[in-house]
Amino acid sequence: MENEVKLTKLASCAGCGAKVGAGTLCNLLAGFQTHYDPNLLVGYDKSDDASVYRVSDDLAIVQTTDFFPPIVDNPFMYGQIAATNALSDVYAMGGEPKLALNIMCIPEKMDKAPVQEILRGGYAKAYEAGAIITGGHTIHGAEPIYGLAVTGFVKPENVWTNSGAQPGDVLLLTKPLGVGILTTAAKAGLVEQELLDKLYVQMSTLNKYAHDVLVKYSVHACTDVTGFALLGHSLEMAQGSGVTVHLKAQAVPYHEEAYEMADMGFIPAGAYRNRDFAEAGVRVVGAVARALQDIFYDPQTSGGLLCAVPAAEAEGCLAELRAVAPSTQIIGYVTEKLDSAIYLEA
Amino acid sequence: MKTIDARGLSCPEPVILTRQAMMSGEAAYEVIVDNNTSKENVTRYAQHQGYKVAVTEQDGEFTLSLSK
Repeated sequence: MENEVKLTKLASCAGCGAKVGAGTLCNLLAGFQTHYDPNLLVGYDKSDDASVYRVSDDLAIVQTTDFFPPIVDNPFMYGQIAATNALSDVYAMGGEPKLALNIMCIPEKMDKAPVQEILRGGYAKAYEAGAIITGGHTIHGAEPIYGLAVTGFVKPENVWTNSGAQPGDVLLLTKPLGVGILTTAAKAGLVEQELLDKLYVQMSTLNKYAHDVLVKYSVHACTDVTGFALLGHSLEMAQGSGVTVHLKAQAVPYHEEAYEMADMGFIPAGAYRNRDFAEAGVRVVGAVARALQDIFYDPQTSGGLLCAVPAAEAEGCLAELRAVAPSTQIIGYVTEKLDSAIYLEA
Repeated sequence: MKTIDARGLSCPEPVILTRQAMMSGEAAYEVIVDNNTSKENVTRYAQHQGYKVAVTEQDGEFTLSLSK
């Protein structure tokens, strides 16, 4: 029966692991003519999470889209994760999602019931986020795809870019890493259901709650850690801000089980693409195990927020974030630009 | 020696096939893959299982000789 076909079997690539590499994207986007507009506060030139356009002195709109093939067999959960991931970019810019459009692709022969469940998952998360899904577009194709195009609001002076990190800031990360490696190992049946369920809950947890805490602090830079992994997104932040980001390998939250799975070679192709893209900007100081580095290059689906706040606010911010995102850790700090954009310190 | 032809497959299939083949516990295997990710991942898996790995490349295909 059609509805017994496993959703993930229809997908050639899992979640954000399907994302085209940052290097490839840069090449694809180079050289096109675009209008200059002073109201475009954030465009794609600094590789940020979403674009931001100033409509008036006290309103800017945040626009973003994100979609991917099934990362989980349960269609309702898949819908929730895809929507959570798409909404996340708005939170990463300091905004609040308001409107969303479904983006969907389904195999012609797929049953109606799982398709409805995917959509139900999307609507549930949009509702939780306070956003309204007003329509969308669905096509037929070989493998299922689902996601949202999201529009959010933010005050122009409250926009968080990934390019405002300052020397003296500390970095916080709100969700543990290892999702890409573990979902890859899960395809070999090597991950306990209990852990998988934990990952699904993590991936379907909105960054809204971390965002709602962070708005009370002086956020200098923020991004969400997704397809380009901790090191790819940190590199974009460091280069965009003109600083050096120091990451303390031992302080970064990750799922312990991902370490052995990385050692056993269950590493998604996206992690290799991320390494190719970012490695030249990463200086490893001391001994950081290969498996740990793999985790830092591992593409995350619906990952947490990575933000830079002044050191003086760090402890208060950490304590408050932990109440809504218990895995949150201070993972590093920012200095003036040194010989390498990232220092990965043992 | 058992040969595992994992050409045309993407992660994590080549590792899964290698893992299944190793259930027989032989001292040497040969794995053929056609992309860098699979080459790296099968190498990692084999090393984790205590095998030495030698890689030869020809026309974009990698032959991994695993031995104990």
